[in-house]
Order: sequence, then structure tokens, then C-alpha cells
Amino acid sequence: MSIDMAQFHQVFFEESFEGLDIMENGLLDMDPGTVDDEQINTIFRAAHSIKGGSGTFGFNDISSFTHVMETLLDEMRDGRRPVTPDAVDALLRSVDVLRDMLGATKDGGEVDEQMAQAQQVELEQILKSASAEASVVSAPQVEGGQSAATASASKQQGWHIVFRPLPQMMRTGNDSLRILRELAELGELKVDCDLSALPPLAGFEPEDSYLSWDLHLIGDASRETLDDIFAWIEDECELAVMPIYAAEPQERVTVEEAAKAASEEPDSTQDVSGPSEVVQVTDRRTGQDRRSSKDRRTGDRRKVQGGGGGGSIRVDISKIDSLINMVGELVITQSMLSLLGEDFSLDKLERLNEGLSQLERHTRELQESVMQVRMLPISFTFSRFPRLVHDLSSKMGKKIDLKMTGENTEVDKTVIEKIGDPLVHLVRNSLDHGIEMPEERLVAGKPETGTINLNAFHKGGNIVIEIRDDGKGLNREKIESKAIDKGLIDVDHNLSDRQIYELIFQAGFSTADVVSDVSGRGVGMDVVRRNINELGGSIEIESEPGKGSAIIIRLPLTLAILDGQTVTVADETYIVPLVSIIESIQVKEQQIKRVAGRGETFKLRDEYLPILRLHELFGIENPNATRLDEGLLVVVEGDGRHCGLFVDDLLGQQQVVIKSLEANYQRVEGISGATILGDGSVSLILDIPGLLRLADRQDGDGLKQSA
Amino acid sequence: MNDQQSDTLTNSQNQSSEYLTFRLGDEDYGVDILRVREIRGWESVTRIPNSPEYVKGVLNLRGSIVPIFDMRQRLGMDSWDYGKDTVVIVLRVKGASSERNIGVVVDEVSDVLNARQSSIRNAPQFGGGVPTEYISGLVDAESKMVMLLDVDKLLNQDIETEQNSEDAA
Repeated sequence: MSIDMAQFHQVFFEESFEGLDIMENGLLDMDPGTVDDEQINTIFRAAHSIKGGSGTFGFNDISSFTHVMETLLDEMRDGRRPVTPDAVDALLRSVDVLRDMLGATKDGGEVDEQMAQAQQVELEQILKSASAEASVVSAPQVEGGQSAATASASKQQGWHIVFRPLPQMMRTGNDSLRILRELAELGELKVDCDLSALPPLAGFEPEDSYLSWDLHLIGDASRETLDDIFAWIEDECELAVMPIYAAEPQERVTVEEAAKAASEEPDSTQDVSGPSEVVQVTDRRTGQDRRSSKDRRTGDRRKVQGGGGGGSIRVDISKIDSLINMVGELVITQSMLSLLGEDFSLDKLERLNEGLSQLERHTRELQESVMQVRMLPISFTFSRFPRLVHDLSSKMGKKIDLKMTGENTEVDKTVIEKIGDPLVHLVRNSLDHGIEMPEERLVAGKPETGTINLNAFHKGGNIVIEIRDDGKGLNREKIESKAIDKGLIDVDHNLSDRQIYELIFQAGFSTADVVSDVSGRGVGMDVVRRNINELGGSIEIESEPGKGSAIIIRLPLTLAILDGQTVTVADETYIVPLVSIIESIQVKEQQIKRVAGRGETFKLRDEYLPILRLHELFGIENPNATRLDEGLLVVVEGDGRHCGLFVDDLLGQQQVVIKSLEANYQRVEGISGATILGDGSVSLILDIPGLLRLADRQDGDGLKQSA
Repeated sequence: MNDQQSDTLTNSQNQSSEYLTFRLGDEDYGVDILRVREIRGWESVTRIPNSPEYVKGVLNLRGSIVPIFDMRQRLGMDSWDYGKDTVVIVLRVKGASSERNIGVVVDEVSDVLNARQSSIRNAPQFGGGVPTEYISGLVDAESKMVMLLDVDKLLNQDIETEQNSEDAA
């Protein structure tokens, strides 16, 4: 592969993965029985681009695999084949295989050939059955559609035969050598012998057959002739016969030939002995695994090297345009200001101020536009769910309708990347635990088909994602008894419904009676919550018995910028995220109550809040305010707990760009990151939930009880 | 470490490397010059709460947040008041999976030392408390003894052990 080509690989893979998504969505929407031309066309085009691209880049296994899919799609498009659920499922599986193949090729890993071959065989199987089913009329149509030149170039060249005699074959008087001789008479025969099954001499059984062969027969022998040759030993061997076309990877054909082969129709004489072939393909694994493990090792190394790429992002051209506009404005403002500075006098002060405020506005707009570049529609995450629901519901025998709204809501790329797995988990939960079996639903007087709603929308600087189902809802009693069993709550607790539902976020908590492979192992909800908290978001449950339940996730729009409140303690400055602040108050000495002589608490409306002194938590020396009435209490919220954070003073609110402390140092408890202030100095951003945990640790029991 | 040492010795007896030398009190130390990103004057840093004594804080190095360690305290020596010669050497430290930039505060930077591999001696073993594990070798330069520091061990290990102790707590 020349280096020139390699620079386009990234684009090719991105486009191919997009194409796969298009195909998948199209296939899922396809209604078996009816053929929507446009839809099939869309799928076909996606497949065709992948094939063309992979051919160009020399990924022959991918192009030949896609070719078979394309052939099938082509027939559906022309109406020569009914769109059956089986065929759609097979195509969906093929999309998966193709995705794996592309993924493996992209990461420099090794392609799971067995899987690919098995899937290819399945597709060919369907194609073959079609040639039988579809009327004779179809054949001439195909031939007619091709130019004479194409037809000759893509004609079948011969047969690829995998011949693996069973050990006892020779005892029945058959000799593989005779078979090979006969085959050699039919044309040019390329023989690869597989010696891997050969035992050491001591264990050698002279009457057993240990060898197997991989044969390429180039010539115009018909399938019948081959069948005659193998007729006697059919039961004594594993045999696979596959036609070789010009586009077959074994032939390392040029791109042009591959492209021509695109419109090729498999030879109707192709009569694959299906089942034995599938078996055979899987059986070959032993021989290939040894080789592939070696490949995998080299593959992994390549993966590590290429790992630092960091990925790329596709940006809507309009966003780039607005960015360029903004930069243009900024340049104009800058030149205006520098002109002003050349001979500045006091009477131009007003114009200077004007210019500066313009500069400020443009900078802010530029910042917003740059942030826009990182924003992607949530459909990137949502798009996988139709498939997931389709597969799982048919597996579990449930009828489920997935409705999605707000797919175009935009969120930061990092959020998109990290929210995927938690969402999958939640949707699976809804499917498994939420929605009942059709019979149960009918008994409960609900429509047989359950509904899962996936909504995304903006709300007050946050993005909200809801997963709502109309299933049976959470079972309060079950959660309660389970929690009592586990010692999480007391028998005579008086917790609200919501507090009970919260318990499912505890580690190792599952109320599923039977652990299924879908969910119920009790690893998950705690991980889901942790992932969401890491993104700076929160998660909530609503549930109504018999009516359904909803999981509501709130996430910040972006992770790179945050609205912060600057607070000071002694000569140190910290940033408190504005979202965590409820209010700031000054308390009087007499409002403060003490618990066990140490823990300070104060009553805010009808709630007692613990007081955390930032200077104590962070060991800051010489704070200006040590008496609570000298400083300020910032009432903050983290992980559902409230507390009053005692600081010297509040400075002001500002947007800050979050910088990682971990890049060069490490995670620090109570600190979520750092930022650079206007004067170039560094200020640390407080992590309120982390701060509460720190306080828990620093003074044992005080806070836990009051929380 | 000794294995590694003898390995490099046999492979490159006559190759020489350059070391940036600096002073801590009346002792001379050196670090591989290829690891040095920049040398800058001491300026005040932002303290990191609840961090070890030798972590002075973080500062803004052209937009990235870089921690600053006090080299004396890191090696268990007495701290001293920073003066006008006090400098920060920003070093590239290789960790298991990533590279970090870490600044170290030293008394003053002295010189660049060209040392042949063959002239580097192993550090003698002292009993308790002398942190010889961070010293990759000793080399003589004009009647001075320069201790060559293993930057990766010195500046990475603590981060890891802290994390361990944090996990344990």
C-alpha cells in the first residue's frame, strides 16, 4: 500500500461506518413484504460506496463480501426478490460482520475470516435459493443489463475447493490422490496442502488420512463434473466448493475488474451444498487460529502505535462558515483598535470603549462558535437503539415500539462518546425489566405492544435525556425487601418512594428474579450513575406502578467551559461551578448549632445543613474569616446532598475554560480541574461531590448523619 | 536498575550524553538534557490542597497546567527560601502510558555536562534513608561529583504511590 493512499484511509473508514449506519437504519425500517424503492436504493448506494472504496484501497476481503450483499440488494431493488424478514435479518447480520471487518482493518487488527466466510456463505445461500425461486425470466434480464465486455471480464473463472477428508476415508478404499489427479485434468489446479493435522511419527496411523487441501481450479469445469468426482467420498470428507469470480480476493484483481464485477449476477449453475459448507468453514478454525494469533499480536502492536490519533470530527460546513465570519469581524475590530492606539488622545476614549466592547462581543461569539464545532446531534448515540430494540425484543419475545424525539439536539462530542454505554444499559433495563410480555400487558389492559420513548431536549443550559417506558414500573416492595436484606436500610425506615427508587443505584443491587444475559446481574446502575456523574450530570427516576417508569438524565451542554463563581479563602482563589450553587448567605452566630460539640450546622428554611469550612478541608492557613459571621456561606448541592461551604468572600462570576490537572499531575480529591484566570494565574475548580466525600473522610461521622 | 545499567554500558561504552547540572545546597545533580523542556525563573504558583509537602503547586505553562515539585524536599533535604537565582526546570517525565510535564525547583542551574557512558559510576549503597534509588549514576566533573537523577523514577513514583495510598484510604 502506498503512503499516498493511506492518507485517505481515515476518510474511507469514517464514510464506511456512516454508510453502515445508513444501511442498518434502512434495513430496520424496511417493512418485509413491501418494497420501498428509495429505501432500498439508499441501502444499495451505501453498500456500493463501501465496496468501491474498499476495492480502491485494496481491502479485497471487504469488497468481495460487500459484493455479495450488494447482489442481494440489487435483486430486491429490481423486484426480482421479495423482501423477506429472513433476508433482512441476514443483511443486518452482514452489516455487523462488515462493521467488524472494517473495524479490524482500521485498527490494523486481523479480520475474523471464519465469521465473514460463514456470513458470506449464508448470503450466497439466499441468493442461490432466489435463483431457484425467481422465475427463469430473471436470468436474461440480468444478462441483458450487462455490456458484453463486463460479462466476459467478470465471468466465473473456476472453483475454490476446500477438501478435508475424514480420517477414515482411506479405509473405504478411496484415495485422495486419485481425486486430485482427476481435478488436475479439468484445468489448471493450484494445490495447497494443510499438514497441520499430521501427528508425530509415533502417533501416526498409516490407514488414517491426515491431510487436507485447499484447491484452486481455474477452468470451465461445471459444478456437476466436480460433484461427480467427489460423489464417492461425499460422506467421508468435509467439502466446500465456491465459485471463483474475477473479483475474488484470491485473484488479487485490479479495481476496475472489481467494479465491473459489482453488477455481476452469480452463476445460476452455482449449487452450493449448504450445510456441509457452513460446518466446514467453522471446522477450519483450528488450522487458522494458530496463524491468526500470531497476526493478532502484530496487529495489537500496530494498534498501540496508531492509538494516539485522537479521532476526527465531521463538522457541518455552516458552522465553519460562521466561524470564519466571526474571525473576520474580530480582525476588523482588531485593526480598528490598533488604528485608535496609534495616536490616542483622551477625547477618543468613548471610541476605545466602544471598540473594546465590540471586541468582547466578538470574542464571546467566537468562543460560542468554536464550541459549536464540538457539538454533535445526539442521534449519533440514538441511532444504535432501533437495532438494539429490534434484536432484543425479538429475542425476548416482547413487542416493543421505540419512539425517539429530539435526535437533533446537540451535545458535546465527549458527552456523545461517554453517554452511549450508560444509555444502552438503561434501554436494555427498560426492555428487560420494564416492558412486560405481550400476554401480561393484555391482562393488565394495556396495548400488546410496549413503548419506549427516548427523548432529548435542552432545558436551562442542560441537555435532558429521558428514557420512558410504559411497562410495569419499579416494584417498591421488592426494592425495599432487597435493601433490607442487604442491610442498606432499616426495617422501620420511613423513606419516600423516590428515596427507595434511588437504592437501585447502589452497587450490586438487582431485583431481577432471574439473571438474564440482558440484565439483572446488578452491575450497572451504579456504573451508570458514576459515568453520568463523571460527565457532571445527574440521574433521576420516576416510576408509577403499572404505568411505567422514566429515567431522566441531565447533562451539561459542554465539558470544556463552565460558569463559575470565584471565591477566596486567605490569598487563594477557587472556582465553584455555578450549577452547584443554590444561594449564598451570611449567617449570624446564633443561627449556628453544634452537633457533638464539633459539627456545625445551621437551619436554612426547614432543613439543617452541615457547614464545611473550606480552609479546614484544604488546610489553608490564615483565612481572613474564622468566625462564621465574618465570612460567607455558599449553599451548594452535590450528589443530592446540601451543605454550606464557608469561604472568606465571593469575587465574581465568570466563564472559565476547564483544564485538566491529571494531564500532568493527578486527580486531587475535591478538585475537578483547573483554569487560567485573566491575569494568567491558575485557579482550581471545586468538585462539590468530591468535597463532600473529602469531608466525610476528614471528620468521620459528622456529615453522614446529617445528610 | 543494575541490569539496565550494565546493559547500557555494554551497548554504548563510548557514547556520551549531555546532562544539565544544577545545585541543591552544595551538592550537584544532573538530568538528561533531552528531558529538559525549559528553564524558567521561579514565580508564585497555585497551591494544591492536601498534597505532599514537596508539591509546591501548579502554574500555567502556555495554557497547560503543570505541577511544580520542590527538588530538595523531594529528595528529603531541608527546604530553603527561594531567591533570585531559584529556577524551575520543566522536565518531560515518561510514565507507564503517558508523558507528563513536571517542573522542579532547584537552587540554581550550573552547566551542561558532557559525560561518557564509561565514566559513569554506580551510586554506592547507603543504609537507611538515603534515596539512592533515584540516582542512576555518579560522574566526576572538575573535582565535583555530579549525581545523575533518574527523572522517571523520581517524579513518577510518587504520583503512583500517592494514588495507591489514596486508594487504600
